Amino acid sequence: MDDLIADFVAECREMLEALGGEIVAWEAQPDDRARLDSIFRFVHTVKGNCGFFEFPRLEALSHAAEDALADVRAGRRHADAALVSAVLAIIDRIGEMVASIEAGEEMPAGDDSALIHALAPGAESASAPAAPAAADAATKPSVAPRTIRLSVELLDRVMSTVSDMVLARNELARRLRESATDVPVDGAFERLSSIIAEMRDAITRTRMQRIENLFVGLPRMVRDLSAELGKQVLVDIDGGDVELDREMIEMIRDPLTHIIRNAVDHGIEKPGERLQAGKREIGVLSVSARQSGNQILIDIHDDGRGIDGKKLVEKAIANGVLTKEDAAQLAQREQLALIFEAGLSTATQVTAISGRGVGMDVVRSNVERIGGIVEVDSRLGEGTRMTLRVPLTLTIIPALTVSIAGQHFAIPRSAIEEIVRSNGESVTLEHVGGAGIATIRGRRVPEVSLALILGLQSTVSEQDRTLIVLRPAGGDVYALAVDRIHDHEELVVKPAAPAVMATGLYAGTTLADDGSPILLMDPSGIAQVGGVRLEVQERSARIVEDPASIASKATPVLLFRGLDGGRRALRLAVVDRIEEVPTSNVRETAGQLRVQVGDAILPLAGAVASDLGGEKVRLFRLNDGQFEIGYAFTEVIDFAMIERDVIHAERAGEVNGVSLINGEPAELVDAHWLFSTNVGVAARSAEQLVCRIPCWDPWMQNMLRPLVEAAGYRVIDDAEEEEADVVIASVGEDSPEDSTDRTIWLRTEPEAAGRNDESIYRYDRAGLLMALKSVAVGRGR
Amino acid sequence: MNELLLVVTIAGEKVAFAAAAVESVVELDTLIPVPRAAPHVAGLSALRSRVLTVIDCMRSLELGDTDCSDGIRECAVVELDGHHYALIVDLVEDVVEALSDPQPVRAAMGPGWERVSEGMVETENGPLLLVDVAALIAGVEARAAA
Repeated sequence: MDDLIADFVAECREMLEALGGEIVAWEAQPDDRARLDSIFRFVHTVKGNCGFFEFPRLEALSHAAEDALADVRAGRRHADAALVSAVLAIIDRIGEMVASIEAGEEMPAGDDSALIHALAPGAESASAPAAPAAADAATKPSVAPRTIRLSVELLDRVMSTVSDMVLARNELARRLRESATDVPVDGAFERLSSIIAEMRDAITRTRMQRIENLFVGLPRMVRDLSAELGKQVLVDIDGGDVELDREMIEMIRDPLTHIIRNAVDHGIEKPGERLQAGKREIGVLSVSARQSGNQILIDIHDDGRGIDGKKLVEKAIANGVLTKEDAAQLAQREQLALIFEAGLSTATQVTAISGRGVGMDVVRSNVERIGGIVEVDSRLGEGTRMTLRVPLTLTIIPALTVSIAGQHFAIPRSAIEEIVRSNGESVTLEHVGGAGIATIRGRRVPEVSLALILGLQSTVSEQDRTLIVLRPAGGDVYALAVDRIHDHEELVVKPAAPAVMATGLYAGTTLADDGSPILLMDPSGIAQVGGVRLEVQERSARIVEDPASIASKATPVLLFRGLDGGRRALRLAVVDRIEEVPTSNVRETAGQLRVQVGDAILPLAGAVASDLGGEKVRLFRLNDGQFEIGYAFTEVIDFAMIERDVIHAERAGEVNGVSLINGEPAELVDAHWLFSTNVGVAARSAEQLVCRIPCWDPWMQNMLRPLVEAAGYRVIDDAEEEEADVVIASVGEDSPEDSTDRTIWLRTEPEAAGRNDESIYRYDRAGLLMALKSVAVGRGR
Repeated sequence: MNELLLVVTIAGEKVAFAAAAVESVVELDTLIPVPRAAPHVAGLSALRSRVLTVIDCMRSLELGDTDCSDGIRECAVVELDGHHYALIVDLVEDVVEALSDPQPVRAAMGPGWERVSEGMVETENGPLLLVDVAALIAGVEARAAA
């Protein structure tokens, strides 16, 4: 409602401003028909809106003025000076009221009958009452919001100019790289660059709208629907302040409406059914939006009867969408995903609202067309959750650049499922009747060669190409063979000329950093031209394979060269990312080599101080889920699979074995050993264990405390009221309040007092550490 | 009638474009082919960070191919429906004033020329064929579809 009022106020202000000149001109020339018309339009608009908003005073005023003006327009009355000033007085009063509405004040009480009366033919001039009100307004300076209204076309033009500017900047960057430039020039360019980036962000935001605009109509729609269906539904809307590209909001309006209609119609049960099922009579439909990275997630959740996956499967079999054999292999998620198949609906009865079996397939293809995803999750009897994931904006598309025969093309990243090498271990290429079939980890997917589709001569042999597994909007996966993969880029995409679009292969054009044009491929167009039948669903492409054979041997590893030149491999899963830091960030501190990466200081493995020549050092950031360490290396050789046997090292150490990888031996780095030797000391974790040590004991505080802290504990003293994971106390002292089996007792004599004495001699460092460690293990660490 | 005309040579023939339609005359050196596009689309090029769709006028007129192998080509840049096109011509000659409205050409022209003709205009240098830029850009397919 507030939004609507704000719109109304803005509209009135705009019209009042425009009228300013007209009123004066009308006063001078009461016969001027055009002026009369525009004034009439104003009072008419105000009258119409006031009735809606219940501003009776405004309505009465505008109504009276409209009547008088209508008479003039119809020629029943002549616009004399008295009428003109009476109308002007009314317009002034309307202006004042609008200003007070805008300021959020109560509608000032007052009597307008004098003004209205003045309109009557032959009445005295009524300009006098307006004067005090005007003075009143002057004392309260109006706080106009600092906003202006702009036409969307203008914004679009600014947006496209900024896009051009980004492209021009990219070109300048390229030219600067080519020619040797001074540092000041580079500096100035960097500054320009960042300003342009900032400007692009800002202008992108001007195209943003709060998703509230989309949500505002939902409660009403749900109310009407549920009334029609005899249901009771409570709508809970959250996240209306999430902002989304204006165009995108329009694009998801229909899919969202459809999903909500479905939820009310099929999801939520009638009150009686709900009571029987032990639920509250009133169903809850919650719609929420949130931003996650450069995506917006919209959740539509109902607590209705859920989707019956089995029923869907039966229906799919009956409709011939699915064979019985395939159906048996569907996982729960795949069963639910059947609702997106064309021609399937679980509604037994077709209602006016939904259930005709057209819909969810259209919803999915509409959402996918804008680079989004629809997901469905449902529990029978408990409810259904639909999630729409859509990108923030349409104009800047993250894309992967690839090349064929030296020419670059871009592929939208949203369609890419994965990228594999043709000669990779888990990929085989076969030809069946001339058609390419790629088997990727046991999944058969049609393979098309981009070179063939484009009619280009590829110089790369089939085995050396890279396969991009694509899932085009509304279709099934296929593999596209390209010569080379280049880069991930954020591209400003523009529509291509009709002659180019007519090929059906391209989605638009863009400029690369080097200023050359790049064509953006349309994944479903490629499939169509390449003759891939997308309606043949993926299920049938999944061939039965002994699952053990996938899991057993092949372990993905990262093959790299260490600082000492050794060929090594690390299991891929432990490598978080690759960083490059200045060598000066590596220091030997506290008996260990450490590296500063951003704000974190990590233990550095894989290097000794003398190895570190050069200005920069590259390192893997390894992560065990809790701690991080760095591992220095020279270069990454490849991703590979360990499929052969590993010859294990005899002694525990950095390297725990050797295996043949890609035909050459490589040392396998033991990530466990790395963590166990490097982390124990340095780790600072949120879940740090807490150890309580008596504060009055100087030996404990000065001698023991550093040792306990080094073992990874946070030390508190008995003054602090926090629950400790372990308590250390001296034998003979009173046991602390929270003394439990987690208490470590220390004794001053080397020998134990008896067989049952579990205390530890206070200089038995190994024993102490062991005890501390066992507490940590007991905590499940 | 003082419309300005840009006189260019296409396939050895002097013809005229309406100068108002032509944004600029440029020499293009890079040409990125558009695989699978209609034959008269020579490719894409970039001008001041705008993408230009390059049209080979000879092919659009079915008068043979322009040899693009030697690199730099002269082009007239025009805008049509928000897209920018570069029309490859043999040579940009001159800008002249039209002395008459376009008149129908009653003699038989080649089929390619017939399709793009907007009529004949008188100039100081004698009659010239006024070429419809949009038809030139549409190429052969458009006619087939129509």
